[in-house]
Amino acid sequence: MTTLQLKNIVKRYKSQTVLDDLSLDVADGERLVLFGPSGAGKTVLLRLVAGVIEPDEGRVLIGGEDMSDVDAEHRGVGMAFQNFALFPHMSAFDNIASPLTATRSSKEKITAGVQKVAKLLKIDHVLTHHPKALSNGQKQRTALARALVGSPPLLLLDDPLRNVDAKLRFEMRLELPRLLAAQGATVVYVTQDYKEAMALGDRIAVMAAGRIHQIGTPQEIYTAPADIEIARLFGDPTINLLDVAPQRSGEGVFVELSNIRVRLADYGSDVVGRQCVLGLRPEAISFVDASAPGAIPVAVEAETPLNEKTVTLTLTARGREILVSRPAGTPGPTVGSAHISVNGMQALLFDRASGALLPRADIAAKRNGEAA
Amino acid sequence: MDTMSPLERTLRGLALTLVVVFFMFPIFWIFLMSFQTNETILAIPPSIVFSPTLSNYAALITGKLQTAAGTLDIAFMSNLGNSIFLSVASVAVSLVLGVPAAYAFARHKFRGSEDIAFTLLSFRFAPPLLVLLPLTQYFQWLGLSNTYLGLIWVYQLICLPLILWIVRGYFEDISADVEYAYRIAGHSWFATFRKIALPLAGPGIAAAGLLAFIFAWNNFVFALVLASADKQPVTVGALAFVTSSGIQYGQIAAAIVLSVTPTLALALYAQRYLVEGLSLGAVKG
Repeated sequence: MTTLQLKNIVKRYKSQTVLDDLSLDVADGERLVLFGPSGAGKTVLLRLVAGVIEPDEGRVLIGGEDMSDVDAEHRGVGMAFQNFALFPHMSAFDNIASPLTATRSSKEKITAGVQKVAKLLKIDHVLTHHPKALSNGQKQRTALARALVGSPPLLLLDDPLRNVDAKLRFEMRLELPRLLAAQGATVVYVTQDYKEAMALGDRIAVMAAGRIHQIGTPQEIYTAPADIEIARLFGDPTINLLDVAPQRSGEGVFVELSNIRVRLADYGSDVVGRQCVLGLRPEAISFVDASAPGAIPVAVEAETPLNEKTVTLTLTARGREILVSRPAGTPGPTVGSAHISVNGMQALLFDRASGALLPRADIAAKRNGEAA
Repeated sequence: MDTMSPLERTLRGLALTLVVVFFMFPIFWIFLMSFQTNETILAIPPSIVFSPTLSNYAALITGKLQTAAGTLDIAFMSNLGNSIFLSVASVAVSLVLGVPAAYAFARHKFRGSEDIAFTLLSFRFAPPLLVLLPLTQYFQWLGLSNTYLGLIWVYQLICLPLILWIVRGYFEDISADVEYAYRIAGHSWFATFRKIALPLAGPGIAAAGLLAFIFAWNNFVFALVLASADKQPVTVGALAFVTSSGIQYGQIAAAIVLSVTPTLALALYAQRYLVEGLSLGAVKG
């Protein structure tokens, strides 16, 4: 176990800035997921940590030690590549054994180490095969085994599930947390799949265009995304985003949807009158009877049954599309007109111009309290 | 192949046969000539039926050429030895220098790296004759003319650019991630070069080496000008068969057969490994 610190990292390729003054702390034994679209700089960041490319500015510290003059082979990290990067001219055994041969371990030790990790990853029956003869899943496990075999204190996993089929990805998503926990290593995990990020991360760092836009626990990222973009990236079906202008009455702050007032209990009067975007998770909306208080009439457009939930696309009177999600098997309208109710407690407000999440009253109050 | 009609198959076979005959006939004819005397070779019309003789080979191997004007000494066997030595040594030196250089050019983009690589390639643009005159001067000053060392050095003009550019392409085809993975596993850059880059580019290095060998073997003009009889390769040595009493076609044919054999054998031998190596899927992990 070890800590990882990145301090003001800048990396440019020609005129393009790939990493822009990026700082990051990963605690001992923590699993940090780097999440972001392709081109965000995730892979470059991982390679900087591994030591195969150098930052233009800034420092990488592993276990508190400055790595500026330390070559990749002396950093003691394990890494799995997105494209597996197996050695095509070596058997799976030799591939996995490569971190052990570097330390000049004895033959018995190497064999024992490889066998152990191969058994763990269920590839002990294909160790004599060359990468060409391995299935994609086996390749992926071989690459993972190679990263794990030396029990490195710092593990870098670059989207290891990207190139495997959906079934295997699902399996590995379940299996990996246990595997990584057993290793006890500090892990930096890169992915573009928000489900993977939520399942694997102690914390998630959301990257875009060479910067970290938000860092927090999966729960925090989901319930309080820093901006509209992040809100959109996390969650399936995606969040409903509606242009609104909050108003205030005696009861508190509200927005009007189809002339029905939806109270936003969490927000203070500072948001009143601002041009905002209301973010509503599909599961924060439910179908109700027409007589229910705050019922908004909608037209049901389409219904998509997913395995564990049913997603309904509805249209408000003003023609705005709203996705509603409910657990599969629960009753709901399939066609025609219906009414929905919005849980104002789970609503998010973003500033329309900047896209930033507006602080809720309780959070704002807490911040003020801290400042005082 | 199953979908081909019999007619198509026949035509295809015919076309292939024609191509093979077209390319193989000169070699086949020379092979026949090497077992004939000058008289049967020059007989009109030429005949494929003759009583074979080993006299051509005997003359080459003993170094005594019987002509109408008397016995002539020829140094064919030592020429053959020179050819082998010069070509092997040149390719060896080129590989030792060129492969690491190719790796450097492929993996490290430094200021001027493209220019240097291009300059090395440009050695092949200049007509050899243009280079030869100043080179002869230099070699005389340096005491390198008519030495193996000098010839091997000049042969680098032929071999080095070839090896550098071909092998560089193969190194570039190896995914950098594969090398990174080996580095991160705890191996030095040199170990990575030896254990990852070299084996994966192996077929390419072999192909480039073979090609360079053939080019070096077939070189004529450098050795003609820069070396005297005892250092000359077969290409130059073959001139000796143009004697005052006529051209010794039989011996020339025998000399060609003997001098083609090593390259042919090498190519056939290497081909197996080349195909095997290239089909390994050298870069896919």
